[in-house]
Amino acid sequence: MKHVRIKGLEEKIFKTLMMAATLVIVISLFMIIVAVVKRGLPAMSWDMVSKIPGGGFYIGKEGGLLNAIVGSLYIVIGSIFLGLLFSLPIVLYINLYLPEKSRLAQFTRLSFDVLFGIPSIVYGAFGFTLMVYLGLRSSLLAGILTVTMLIIPILIRSIDEVMRRVPKEMKDAALSLGATRSEMIMVILRQVVPGIITAVLLSVGRGIGDAASVLFTAGYTDSIPTSLGQPVATLPLAIFFQLSSPIAEVQDRAYAAALILTFIVLILSLSGRYYSRKFSKNKI
Amino acid sequence: MIQNLLRIDKYFDSPFDKIQVKKDSVNPVAIDLIFKTHPPHISVRNLNVYLSKNHILKDVSLDIPDKAITCIIGPSGCGKTTLLKTFNRLLQNSIDVRIEGDVLVDGENIHGKDVVVENIRKKMGLLSQRPCPLPMSIFDNIAYGPRIHGIRRMKTLKLMVEKYLTEAGLWDEVKDRLKSPATSLSIGQQQRLCLARGLAVKPEIILGDEATSALDPISSKKIEELFVKLRDQYSIVLVTHTLRQARRIADYVVFMYLGEVVEAGPASEIFSNPKEKLTREYLEGYFS
Repeated sequence: MKHVRIKGLEEKIFKTLMMAATLVIVISLFMIIVAVVKRGLPAMSWDMVSKIPGGGFYIGKEGGLLNAIVGSLYIVIGSIFLGLLFSLPIVLYINLYLPEKSRLAQFTRLSFDVLFGIPSIVYGAFGFTLMVYLGLRSSLLAGILTVTMLIIPILIRSIDEVMRRVPKEMKDAALSLGATRSEMIMVILRQVVPGIITAVLLSVGRGIGDAASVLFTAGYTDSIPTSLGQPVATLPLAIFFQLSSPIAEVQDRAYAAALILTFIVLILSLSGRYYSRKFSKNKI
Repeated sequence: MIQNLLRIDKYFDSPFDKIQVKKDSVNPVAIDLIFKTHPPHISVRNLNVYLSKNHILKDVSLDIPDKAITCIIGPSGCGKTTLLKTFNRLLQNSIDVRIEGDVLVDGENIHGKDVVVENIRKKMGLLSQRPCPLPMSIFDNIAYGPRIHGIRRMKTLKLMVEKYLTEAGLWDEVKDRLKSPATSLSIGQQQRLCLARGLAVKPEIILGDEATSALDPISSKKIEELFVKLRDQYSIVLVTHTLRQARRIADYVVFMYLGEVVEAGPASEIFSNPKEKLTREYLEGYFS
């Protein structure tokens, strides 16, 4: 009997712990959103998303954050494109071209796991060195390159995860119908498209919100860049700079920028989920 | 006991490696008879396959008769599946594999220099243990093969899809939902879909790797009946664990043990009057 009672108690304690942990997380998430909305919403206006900063923007006068919004989008779109250009071939190569349990594949996975854990400021510093070495100024191009380095490990890891879950029989099935290797790859890609979308979403989240990697490489400017060689503003840095201002009104604009950032990520993930679902219709 | 030893055998050198199977003579008249009416479609000569350091197939020589059902039987780990996968050169995708010896299909060595591997694979439809539909609709699954081989006209494709789904006995069940995903089918239907998909590239040979072992008895029976129906048009090679299945449908039986062909002959001969002691013991269920 005693034994049973202790068992019941154990169960209760763990259940409470689990519930508490869940609650803490849900509440903190809610609090973040409330804080951002509460301070950011009053500072929000149409000007905020449609105008670039005016003369006295940083002392609380007219203007908006269009430069940072557009800049962030430029950087994230550019680096997702570049990132996929590199990571898709890598994943396809280690999964479909290299034989199973190949040493090279294992080594590649290990190195990308290590890269995955490197903090973004290190990528920023590396990007800065590279930039100086190449004689670039802080520019859109340098920002895109650095963010690309930051997200490639994420892309590779998450696409690799889904690629490894593709049943081996599918490869054999396509091949035994007389498909060439590239035709077989097209079949496998159909299966992993939802996974690729998820990977892109993860890296958009990471890339668009990261301040450290763009701090030295992309720079900051009040105008919208018209070429890859010009510096570019980003939303995380807009938050960072405005939050360091002593003026309360400017600080509120930092929260407005945070609100915009959250909203962009929200829209992207919702549409991502929609397309992911659409493409998983035929998934095995 | 033997089963455990066999499993270990995959990783270590077991005493069984040393056993040389001694072959008594198989009745040559009976073998001649089947190859007179069904000339060899696939001929294997002195085939040796090594996976990393393991010698998986040991000096295998055999003939697969044309337009008949050949069942390859034997305990697990004896190299049946490996043999099947050498036929359509799927084995080469694994790491560290060494293949020696000849496999002739229609008299052509499949490991020859000028051979286009896609053409070899096109000749053989493969049915795997678990059905694996492609991530597409039912229609596209069947149309995939013809499409990659250059058939684009929708009218032709529609006719082909109907023809092969009918041949696989699936048309009536799916004709109203050709656009739905292949995964919406039951597992037995999926296996028939895979069969139809294989038939759609117009193969001469059907390879089945325990094609019914994952299915329920009724689906399994349907697939078996299909094999029997198709035997006049295709050479069918089945790897099977179920002796009863082999008894029911086989025309020609190959018994393998530890990577060697112990005995091969017409089904009636093997099942009623096996020449080798090992075959007899396996058929009587001393080990499996």
